[in-house]
Amino acid sequence: MTTEQYPKVYLYRRIVQAKLFIDSNYAKPIDVDNISDEAYFSKFHFIRLFKKIYGKTPHQYLTSVRIEKAMLLLTDGIPVSDVCYAVGFESLSSFSGLFKRIVGITPSTYLLQQQTIKAQIVQSPLTFIPGCFAEKHGWKKK
Amino acid sequence: MITQMTHVTINVIDQKSALDFYTNKLGFKVITDVPMPNNDRWITVCPPGQPGFEIILSPISRGLFSKETVKALQELVEKGTFGVGLFTCKDIFATYEELKAKGVEFTKTPKKEFYGTEAIFKDDSGNWFSLAQLK
Repeated sequence: MTTEQYPKVYLYRRIVQAKLFIDSNYAKPIDVDNISDEAYFSKFHFIRLFKKIYGKTPHQYLTSVRIEKAMLLLTDGIPVSDVCYAVGFESLSSFSGLFKRIVGITPSTYLLQQQTIKAQIVQSPLTFIPGCFAEKHGWKKK
Repeated sequence: MITQMTHVTINVIDQKSALDFYTNKLGFKVITDVPMPNNDRWITVCPPGQPGFEIILSPISRGLFSKETVKALQELVEKGTFGVGLFTCKDIFATYEELKAKGVEFTKTPKKEFYGTEAIFKDDSGNWFSLAQLK
C-alpha cells in the first residue's frame, strides 16, 4: 500500500496541517475559526475530525500546547507573568487556573520546584543518573 | 523477577542534533539533561505517553569505547544497521503525515500487517524504528 492509497489521505493532510498550525502559532491570539480556516473545513466538521484523530478538540489541544510550552519556559526560570503572555494567554488568572487544573500545582509553585531541581543538578549531578552508567562513563572517578 | 525496563540507550552520532530530532520532530519530552565532566551531557527523553521510560541519547564518541570501536560503530549506525525499537501511536496515518511534514525520513510507508499497520522511519543518526498502530 502506498501513502496515496490509504483512506482519505487528503483529510489526514489537512488535519495534520491544522495541528502543525497550532504547534507553530500557539503564542498568537488564534481560535478555532482561524484553525479550521487553515484546514479548509467547516468549523464543526473540522472539530469532529480533529477530535477523532487526536482525542482532543482543537481548543483543548491548543490549551495543552500552551501549558506544555509554559512548563518549558518556567523550567528556564522565566517569571510567571511573562510566561503567561508568551504562550498566548491574555489573562494571568485564567492562565494560572488552567495551569493548576492541568498540572496540579500553580505556575509559581512549578517555577520554584524546577529551580530547586536545577540547583540540585548543579550541586550533585550524579544523583540524577543511574550509578552504573556514571561508572562506565568514568564520571564517578572525576 | 524483572518487572519493567526503565532506561534504554540509543547510540547517536551527534547528541545535540539527536536532542533536536527527538524533541522537535518526534515530540518527545526531556526527562533529564545534566552536564557531566569533560563537556559530556546526560540526556534522556521519553515518548509523551510514557514518562517512566527513559531513552538515553548517548553519543558514540564518549569514553565508553575504544577509538576503533567508535569509528566502526558510527559507520554501522550511519548506514542504518540497527533497528532500535517499536513506537506505537493512536493513528498511524496522522502520525506518518506529521512526521513526514517535519522532515522525518521513512523507509517504509504505512502498510497493513497481521498485527496492525506499520511504517519504518530513521532518526537523524541512522537508527531505524518501527512505527505501528496495533490492532
